[in-house]
Amino acid sequence: MVKYVLKRLFWALVTVLLILFILFLLLEFMPGSPFNEEKLTVDQIRILKEHYGLDKPFFEKFWIFLVNATKGDFGISYNLQKNMKVSQIVMPRLWVSVRLGLQAIGLGSVMGVILGVISGSNQNNWKDSVATIMAVVGVSIPSFVFALTLSFLLGYKIPIFSMIYQANHPFASTILPTISLSLFTMAQVTRFLRTELVEVMDSEYIRLATVKGLSRIKILFKHGFRNALISVVTIFGPLVVNVLTGSLVIEKIFSIPGIGGLLVLAIQSSDYNIIVMVTFIYSVLYIAVNLLVDVLYGVIDPRIRVSKGA
Amino acid sequence: MSEKEFPYPLKSPEDLVKEDFKHVGYLNLPQQEMIQGTGISNLKDAWLRFCKNKGALVGLIIILIILFWAIIGPMISGYRYDLVHKGWNNLPPKMPALSFLFDGTERGVDIYAKIGVEQNFWFGTDELGRDLFTRVWEGTRVSFIIAFVAVIIDMLFGVTYGMISGYFGGVVDMVMQRILEIINGIPNLVVVTLFVLVFKPGMLTIILSLMITGWINMSRVVRSQVLKYKEQEFVLAAKVLGANGFMILLKEVLPNILGQMIVMTMFSIPNAIFYEAFLAFVGLGLREPFASLGSLINKGYNSMLTHMHLLLFPVIVLALLMLCFNLIADGLRDAFDPKMKGF
Repeated sequence: MVKYVLKRLFWALVTVLLILFILFLLLEFMPGSPFNEEKLTVDQIRILKEHYGLDKPFFEKFWIFLVNATKGDFGISYNLQKNMKVSQIVMPRLWVSVRLGLQAIGLGSVMGVILGVISGSNQNNWKDSVATIMAVVGVSIPSFVFALTLSFLLGYKIPIFSMIYQANHPFASTILPTISLSLFTMAQVTRFLRTELVEVMDSEYIRLATVKGLSRIKILFKHGFRNALISVVTIFGPLVVNVLTGSLVIEKIFSIPGIGGLLVLAIQSSDYNIIVMVTFIYSVLYIAVNLLVDVLYGVIDPRIRVSKGA
Repeated sequence: MSEKEFPYPLKSPEDLVKEDFKHVGYLNLPQQEMIQGTGISNLKDAWLRFCKNKGALVGLIIILIILFWAIIGPMISGYRYDLVHKGWNNLPPKMPALSFLFDGTERGVDIYAKIGVEQNFWFGTDELGRDLFTRVWEGTRVSFIIAFVAVIIDMLFGVTYGMISGYFGGVVDMVMQRILEIINGIPNLVVVTLFVLVFKPGMLTIILSLMITGWINMSRVVRSQVLKYKEQEFVLAAKVLGANGFMILLKEVLPNILGQMIVMTMFSIPNAIFYEAFLAFVGLGLREPFASLGSLINKGYNSMLTHMHLLLFPVIVLALLMLCFNLIADGLRDAFDPKMKGF
């Protein structure tokens, strides 16, 4: 097990390094520099470049970039807030995004588990059909379509919820964004749990429990549900990715000051350092979640541990 | 059957003589009728099962309708997608056939009569007075092109990569899978965004960015299938008969995994359409005056509260496209692999 975790950690590290290298290449070949707007002579630019170390050879620059990046220093912003440290712009916004993401995944998982259990334990009747239809719709419709529909209907036509983010009401004003972001999670968890539950409820130890005379509820929750839930853990990698992608557009639609919305702004004004830092955060988050899911899965389910040969 | 009902006295096997057996002839009982039907191919079988799935069939029909409009919509509208009507901006939709829903009025005012417009703009016009009907279907064309490209990428890259990796195994497989793991370790969103940033936003860039990551799932499925089939007897037989690796993959393995391949491509279509719309919505899509559903939604969202129709039509088409492609993909998966039902 330890060997397996170490191996995974090693590959995760390689991937992070590769991502940093790609991001650095991107910075090298991007048009524009910190000094392209000021009226500077060629000599002045040369002095500035020397001052900021931009005249050094490629790999030395990459090393410096690497060292700074691991310290969380990604340079200064070019356009959005000129000459401000990128980390100072990104960090306060990160928590808004993380909070929204956690809310969405939490709500989605809870709703998904409820719907999945309803659907899996009432196979092929109307409850199952309703849950299945909800799941298909949730998986297919893009989150920004949901967000737009919700904000139009529940924010404008029937103004129950706030249409835009308010910093003094961080929870009440993120209800709509959370719902729209959580729908995909809900749908995926429902689908997955249903399949698993159907399979588990068909297995022999469940039949044994029935023969023993346990009640339906007890069988479902004490024996079936727990085993079905284990495999739901595996889909959290893709779910986190979806929430990240979704947060970009959701934060734009509801004017939430998070890093998703910031990335969109940075893309539109080609503020490369911000783009680099935010994409780096996304990548690390994604890799960390995948690593965690794989390791957790091995811990929870002994069968996986054996077959992976750790 | 209880012993009392048994019509003949029981004999031990040694006492049996020839007369104990008699030929009863053909019994005309329903349970003895021929069970075997006419043989049908795997693909036809899957198609029959697909047709029984109502959701998938409805999805297919709606996709065909949308495809039909995407092809002929811009032709019959009478306007070009970039034709600007000065002064006729943000006209509400007016459909003579559906006049109870879209009668060209906005907040009770008949804008068409007020400005003196005689034509009908079925979906209304956008902020530059361009016909939204034409633009929506032009945008749908973009989505279909992206869908088509996604299929091609999956079939070319994903299948080839997976087959080579699975068939040759050993060091080749190890290296190829490590590369895949690293590419897969980078979130799709990051790859696509960076790619579109470095190159100029446009159709080609979006397609290329889809190419980087779009084929990974496909190659994984193909690899696992190849691993399964390459150990089987018919592949061994082909090997003994002197077939080379390429022929074995093409003639022996490929036909067996075709069903899985079709299912996987169908799942990558909605994904590709989503990424295009997503990029366009973020502002990395096609440039004006070209239209895609995502960029139309992006524009419409800015004036959502004043001119609802700008958002309504592209959103409906996009939502229907995504939903129906997913329904078809689900239906196909159930049709090709009834055991895998549900996930």
